[in-house]
Amino acid sequence: MVPILEVKNLRTQYKTESGLVKAVDGVSYYINEQEIVGVVGESGCGKSVTQLSVMRLINSPGEIVGGEILFEGQNLLQFKANGPEMRRIRGAKISMVFQEPMTSLNPVLTIGQQLIEILEVHLGMSRKNARQRVIEMLDLVGIPGASSRIDDYPHNFSGGMRQRVMIAMALLCNPKLIIADEPTTALDVTTQAQLFELMKSMVERFKSSLVIVTHNLGIVARYAHRIYIMYAGRIVEEGSCKEIFRNPRHPYTIGLLKSVPRLDDQEGKRLVPIEGMPPDLIQMPSTCAFLPRCSYSIEQCRVEPWPELRKVEGTKHYVRCYLKTEAWEQCRSHSATT
Amino acid sequence: MLNYIIKRAVLTVVVLFIVSFITFSLIHILPGDPAAAMLGDQATMEEIEALRHELWLDRPFFVQYGHWLSNALQGDFGKSIMYRVPVSEIIAERLPVTLYLSFLSLILSTFIGIGAGIICAIRRGSLIDQIVSVVANAGVAVPIFWLGLLGIYVFGFTLEWLPLQGWTSPFDDFLKSSKQALMPVICLSVTGSSIITRQTRSSLLEVIRQDYIRTAWAKGMGEPRVVFKHALKNALIPVVTLVGLQLRVLVGGAVLTETVFNIPGMGRLLVDGALAKDFLIVQAGVLLIAVMVSLANLITDISHGWLDPRIRYD
Repeated sequence: MVPILEVKNLRTQYKTESGLVKAVDGVSYYINEQEIVGVVGESGCGKSVTQLSVMRLINSPGEIVGGEILFEGQNLLQFKANGPEMRRIRGAKISMVFQEPMTSLNPVLTIGQQLIEILEVHLGMSRKNARQRVIEMLDLVGIPGASSRIDDYPHNFSGGMRQRVMIAMALLCNPKLIIADEPTTALDVTTQAQLFELMKSMVERFKSSLVIVTHNLGIVARYAHRIYIMYAGRIVEEGSCKEIFRNPRHPYTIGLLKSVPRLDDQEGKRLVPIEGMPPDLIQMPSTCAFLPRCSYSIEQCRVEPWPELRKVEGTKHYVRCYLKTEAWEQCRSHSATT
Repeated sequence: MLNYIIKRAVLTVVVLFIVSFITFSLIHILPGDPAAAMLGDQATMEEIEALRHELWLDRPFFVQYGHWLSNALQGDFGKSIMYRVPVSEIIAERLPVTLYLSFLSLILSTFIGIGAGIICAIRRGSLIDQIVSVVANAGVAVPIFWLGLLGIYVFGFTLEWLPLQGWTSPFDDFLKSSKQALMPVICLSVTGSSIITRQTRSSLLEVIRQDYIRTAWAKGMGEPRVVFKHALKNALIPVVTLVGLQLRVLVGGAVLTETVFNIPGMGRLLVDGALAKDFLIVQAGVLLIAVMVSLANLITDISHGWLDPRIRYD
C-alpha cells in the first residue's frame, strides 16, 4: 500500500532566549490510506508540533529546519507556509481538529460564516449551496436542529457540540487526512467517547485517514490501527496497536502502560509512575534521552549514542532501544510483579 | 439586538437626566449670588434683583430646575448676558462649526489609526512598523496647543502656505474654508490617530495569536481573509471603545484648538462664557456636550453589540 502521507526526518526548532529548542528532532512516519494512527506521548514530546509542521502552521520563533513531508507525491516543505499551494491543501485535503473547542472557533462569527467559507474558497460553491451542504454536515455530526443552529455563535454551544462543529468543519471538503490534535482533552469522558465513535464512523464513511494525537492510551487502544510513541522530539517505538499493547519493547512505552489503571488489576495494586522528568529539549544528551529515567539501562546505553529506530526481527515492530528480547521479557514481567 | 439597543437607550436617557441636574446645580454650587456675579461690580441692587427674578433665582431650587429643564427641552436656554441674544441662537451659530471640525478629525483619526495599526501589526518589526510606532508615541505625548502654534508658525507665518487663523463656512467659500480648517483638524486628529494606531496594533497582534486564527489558517484561508474577516472584527472591539472616548477628547481639544486658531466654535464660546461669568451659556454648553458624549457612548455600546455577539446577552 502506498502511504498518503510520508514524513521523513522532520526537524522543527524553536529559537528561544535560553537556547534552541529541538521540539521535533528527526521524526519519520507514514500514514496509509483509510488508516487510523495514534501518536502518543507526554506533554512537550513534540507530537503536536509534528502535526502543525505537516500543516505548515509553525509560527515564529518556530521553524522547520529539515526533512521532507510527502503528500500526494509532493514535498510540502517546498511550498511557502501560507502560499497558494499550501492553502489549497489545508482544509481541503488535510484538515485538522484542534485541542481546545472553546477557543478554536471565532467568537464573533456564526458557525455558518465559519463553515460556509470553506466550501466557497475550496470548492467554489455558491453561498446557498454551501449553506445547504453545511447544514447536512452539521446534521451528520449530530447537531440537533442544524438548520437553525447554523446561525448561532460558538458561545451558544457546549464544548462537546463545538467539537462536533470542528469535526464537521474538518470533513466538509472530504479530506484525505484528518489530524485530530488531542481533540477531547478538554471534554468530559462520556463526551470523549461519543466524539471518538463519531470520528471513527465519519472517517470510515468518507474514506479518510485519521491521525489521533493524544496522551490517552485508552483512546488509541480502542481506535488506532497503528501507534507511534514519541519521547523528547523523537519516535521511540512503532507498531500495530496489538503489538504495542501486548509486547511493548521500549522501557518508556512499558512505563506508560504501567501507569494506566486497568479494570482487571488486582485490588490494592498501585500504579507505577515513570520516575523523573522529561529531558530539557535545549540540552539534549547524545545518548538515549530516556536514559536518566530508565530502570533497565545497560552499559551500552550509557556509552553509545541513542540508536536509530530499528526493526524487531520477525515482526512489524520498530523500537529505538539497545535492550534485547530477553531483557524486554524481564522488563515486562517485572511490571507484573510490582 | 433590538432589546439590547432599547436597554442602552433607556440608560442613556437616565444618564442625561442626572447630567442635566448636575449641570444646573453648578450655578448654585459656586459661591456668591449668581446674578451679582453675572452683572459685575457696577450693577445696582435693582438690576441684580431684576435679573434674579428673570432667572427664577428667587424661587425654590427644584422649581428653578423644573423650569430650566422644561425650557431646555424646548431649546430655550435663556438670554445671554454677554451677547444680549438668546443662548440658543448663539449655539445654533457655534455648534455646527465645532461639530464640523470634530467630525472631520474623528473620521480622519479613525481611518489613519486603524489603517496604520493594521499595517504595523501584519508587518510587525519591519521598518514601517518601527517608524509608525515612534511617530504614534510622539503623537500621544505632544500637546495640542503647542502643535497648533508650531503649525501656525511654520505653515502660516514662515512658509505662508496656509492662513494663520480664522474660520469661513464651507458653504460660503469651500476652498478658503478647507485651507483654514486643515491645521485645526490635523491638530485635533494627532492624539486620536496615535492612540488608535497603538491600540489597533497591539489588539490585532494579540488576536493574531489566538487559536481561532490558527483555525482560519488551517482551513486554508488566505491572509486578507484571515486578517480582515477573522482577526479584525475581534481586534476592533477595544478600538471602538477608544474611538468613542475620542469624542470626549475632541471636546477638550476643541477648547484649545479654537482658542489657538481663533475659530468661533463651542469651545471658544465656553471659554468666553466662563470668563464673562455668563452662566447661562456655560450651562447650555455643558449640557449639549454631555448630550453629545452620551450619544457617542450609546453608539459605542451599540457597535460593541454588533461586533461581539456575546455582549448582547449580558
